[in-house]
Amino acid sequence: MAASNTAVIEVRDLVVDLKGNRILNGVTLDVYRGEILGFVGASGAGKSVLTRTIVGLLPKQAGRIDVLGVNLDQAGELQRQEIERRWGILFQQGALFSSLTVGENVEFPIREYLDVSERLMTEIAITKLEMVGLKPDVYRKYPSELSGGMIKRVALARALALDPEILFLDEPTSGLDPISAGDFDQLILTLQRTSAMAVFMVTHDLDSLHTICDRIAVLGEGKIIEAGNMDRMLASQHPWLRAYFHGVRARAGRKAAN
Amino acid sequence: MTAGILLSGQPQGDRIELNAAGSWTAEYAGAIEPQVEAAIRGVTARSIFINLARIDYLDTYGAWLLERTLRNWTNQGRDARLIGLREDYRGLFEKVHAGTQKLAPAARGPNSIMAMLESIGITMTGVGADLALFAQMMGSLILAFKRVILRPSTFRFTSTIHQLERVGWQAVPIILLITVLIGAILAQQGIFHFRKFGADIYVIDMVGVLVLREIGVLIVCVMVAGRSGSSYTAELGAMRMREEVDALRTMGFDPIEVLVLPRMIALVIAVPILTFLGSMAALYGGGLVSWLYGGIPPEIFLARLREAVSGTTFEVGMIKAPFMALVIGVVACVEGLQVQGSAESLGEKTTNSVVKSIFLVIVLDGIFAMFFASIGM
Repeated sequence: MAASNTAVIEVRDLVVDLKGNRILNGVTLDVYRGEILGFVGASGAGKSVLTRTIVGLLPKQAGRIDVLGVNLDQAGELQRQEIERRWGILFQQGALFSSLTVGENVEFPIREYLDVSERLMTEIAITKLEMVGLKPDVYRKYPSELSGGMIKRVALARALALDPEILFLDEPTSGLDPISAGDFDQLILTLQRTSAMAVFMVTHDLDSLHTICDRIAVLGEGKIIEAGNMDRMLASQHPWLRAYFHGVRARAGRKAAN
Repeated sequence: MTAGILLSGQPQGDRIELNAAGSWTAEYAGAIEPQVEAAIRGVTARSIFINLARIDYLDTYGAWLLERTLRNWTNQGRDARLIGLREDYRGLFEKVHAGTQKLAPAARGPNSIMAMLESIGITMTGVGADLALFAQMMGSLILAFKRVILRPSTFRFTSTIHQLERVGWQAVPIILLITVLIGAILAQQGIFHFRKFGADIYVIDMVGVLVLREIGVLIVCVMVAGRSGSSYTAELGAMRMREEVDALRTMGFDPIEVLVLPRMIALVIAVPILTFLGSMAALYGGGLVSWLYGGIPPEIFLARLREAVSGTTFEVGMIKAPFMALVIGVVACVEGLQVQGSAESLGEKTTNSVVKSIFLVIVLDGIFAMFFASIGM
């Protein structure tokens, strides 16, 4: 499904300080409905800070964040909860609750937000697990019994439990082997196409950027220094972007792709 | 958005067409499910079509409810299919349709009496395993200690001093505070009851002997187990969870030597000092209350104390301290190094560490009491 022009996330002039250091200094960014936005930047540039600020884990000093047309500063408790129900977040390490089984992890948001029968909850949890490419047997396992790739998949199933309209992914393919990473990319693409959700993906994986991202935004010096499709990134004259997209690894990747 | 509904159409012979409309989404799933169940039971036709043309929104929840309905009918040997599925929902439907939902039935536990017996058995074998681990840790410690003595340059002096500051120096204020209070309470209770017999003065004997022989060292050990033992377990446990212990081992270091030995040495040095400080503070508290509450002036308190307690009383308390430190430290480190991957396991081991070390400290105190009695101290 092609990206339409309604923005699901609007960030305007966002300023965030962390322990006295200005990390973000006037970030302006839109994420549109139905697109996969790849978000890149040097390590320590504040990618995670922006993600965490949008979802409300970090306070901001100035600026405005609208999610699904609602200004989060002015939203009341209930309205905020309503918004939180409509986004899903995949943390870098999965952040599965280690004291709950896989099934209980996926059912957790469903149990909290929806009034559905126990049976439907179980069936949906298993459906989600199967959608992310896992066997139903994992339902009763504990996160400590799973491999890194499986943990990511379970975490994705949990992020998707409520059929969110926005999915935040924090380096989804880091720590996965290239085959699993490629599978995971395809999985995200398929799931995104089936449900038309917006995906906000922080990543360093050039392959992911090439293969599944509709648009790329680049963070540097506390601002968005470039946003647009891959061609625009490759054409950019910004030194960091040239180093990033024309570096040895990028060239090797393109050669392999061709 | 309106809630999803499933409308029943007029049966035409053996064929029926149902109309699904509205939003078949997570939000309305709770309301849609009963309709679907009713349809599964109510429709009797052999061949069933569900027309989805009037559905506004469909997500995994709606798709699964439709899929569940179809599966039910198909399993009954009927011909059920969807018509009018929008192109953009086809991918979602295929995903849901591909799911097998095959979940092995949960293993049923034995009945409650058997379960209770089983848990007792597991606990008892656990005690044996604990003892083995305790002995193993003691052995590893002795070996590490021997290596360090043979090659003193490998001794982690900085780490030991750092641990000593944490478990010794930083514990002084809270230990002093608690032992002053304990001494004061002992003296107050003593005076209150002894006064009935006109024996107030003997409260000094009681406080002196009790504090120096038993209470001083016990209170300090309980505090240290709760304060330092738990933090040892949590630290080592967190290091195990983050594979730091494995990293040490692969670099050719012995975790016992690097992590456990400095902590043990710090504890064995700190606990006797804390016991001494704690005992003195308790005597001070006792003296203060005897003076203010019992009217026994400090000179008399000191003179009486000199008669009541001997060097032996003090020695008995102090000899116990390093052994108890050893027990607390070994239990804490054994538990810490047993932590598995989950946060829950870390909490469980930390609790175990405190409970077991306090228990063992009291058992050890009892053994010492028998020992000192038989050698006449």
